[in-house]
Amino acid sequence: MHDHPHGGSHLTDTEARVRALETLLTEKGLIDPAEMDAVIENYETRVGPRNGAAVVAKAWTDPAYMARLREDATAAIHELGYSGRQGEHIVAVENGPKVHNLVVCTLCSCYPWPVLGLPPAWYKSNEYRARAVREPRKVLAEFGVELADDVEVKVWDSTAEIRYLVIPQRPEGTEGWDEARLAELVTRDSMIGAGLPRPAEAAA
Amino acid sequence: MTRIHDLGGMSGFGPVEREAEEPNFHAPWEARVLAMNLVAKGPEGWNIDKGRHTRERLEPVLYLGSSYYQRWLEGLVLRLKDGGLIDDGQIEARMGAEGPDWERGAEPEMVEAMHARFSEHHPYTRPAPNGLPAPFEIGARVRVMTDDPSGHCRAPRYVRGRVGTVEIRHGVHVFADTNGMGRGENPTHLYCVRFDARELFGEEAEPGASVTCDLWHPHLEAAE
Repeated sequence: MHDHPHGGSHLTDTEARVRALETLLTEKGLIDPAEMDAVIENYETRVGPRNGAAVVAKAWTDPAYMARLREDATAAIHELGYSGRQGEHIVAVENGPKVHNLVVCTLCSCYPWPVLGLPPAWYKSNEYRARAVREPRKVLAEFGVELADDVEVKVWDSTAEIRYLVIPQRPEGTEGWDEARLAELVTRDSMIGAGLPRPAEAAA
Repeated sequence: MTRIHDLGGMSGFGPVEREAEEPNFHAPWEARVLAMNLVAKGPEGWNIDKGRHTRERLEPVLYLGSSYYQRWLEGLVLRLKDGGLIDDGQIEARMGAEGPDWERGAEPEMVEAMHARFSEHHPYTRPAPNGLPAPFEIGARVRVMTDDPSGHCRAPRYVRGRVGTVEIRHGVHVFADTNGMGRGENPTHLYCVRFDARELFGEEAEPGASVTCDLWHPHLEAAE
């Protein structure tokens, strides 16, 4: 599929096709223009990895919450007000000194939207989908995550409607920090397992 | 049958290119494609598994060479054409249309309404129908079918015929394979099954690695 400018038009082929389709579907009443703008804004501003960071920060500071997350992550996440599409069945998987978790969807792009927002392009890429299951250590090393030989790597392929959320290890030197401060250390990639949280020194 | 989208374990792909601080959308049209997929009405009986299957049916070279939102665009066109709701001529006739104002922005009440709608909890679990087989126990050794059914199948190629261990019992879930083909929800047991990397990829597998897939009862049989 090629994106190249039409002669004098500023539109690429794809953009023109999208405009044509949206015009057609609006005419036919198959889409509601007000819903269109609003759903985009929902996923641009109301849903994103700050949600998951709040979950992780609470899990780090509140053992009872961590226990509820282990028992039923969907319900525990809903306690914080996050729920819905592509988060109907969430399982929290915990990193530890000897275990590192990595989440992928080899078949398409399944991802826990209510806690992480929309997936980044790399997560949806052919390269990640093909390689994450076969060579997770190599992919992680390319991401800057070097794991010792005695650290087990667990890759979770999201083939059904279960969505996996990685709970990263709490960074050292954060004793006594409150949830808001801790949440600042929790990166989107760390909740996929494709990165680590920021160190304590990185916080403002 | 397995199609080009079944990429897990395929060799020959290069580095995973990551963009720092990447935006959700790299061009405004991508946002419109997402939105159309999420709010378009019909055809009747549409479900998320059918949606995945339309994208899987894209021609292989087109699939691999397309960006994510290009796949969503073409999958949506296929969905609506298959449902008899649009045809190529109608799209063609509107090429060159300015279309709606993409800069318009949303009404706050509408954003609230969309946020509420997409926050609703619509689980894929179902009451167990009569006649389901007894579920595998946690810790059970199971082998994935070698069957390659036509149509939608959420058992990836890289685990077919492989033996793993049941790690989690997720309960009774809508069976995506049939739901995606319009053959009904047919809810049945869903399991998280763990496979040792060596079982999947042989001697060249990375040490100390394993992979799980969520697989339904019909994908599995008891292994010794």
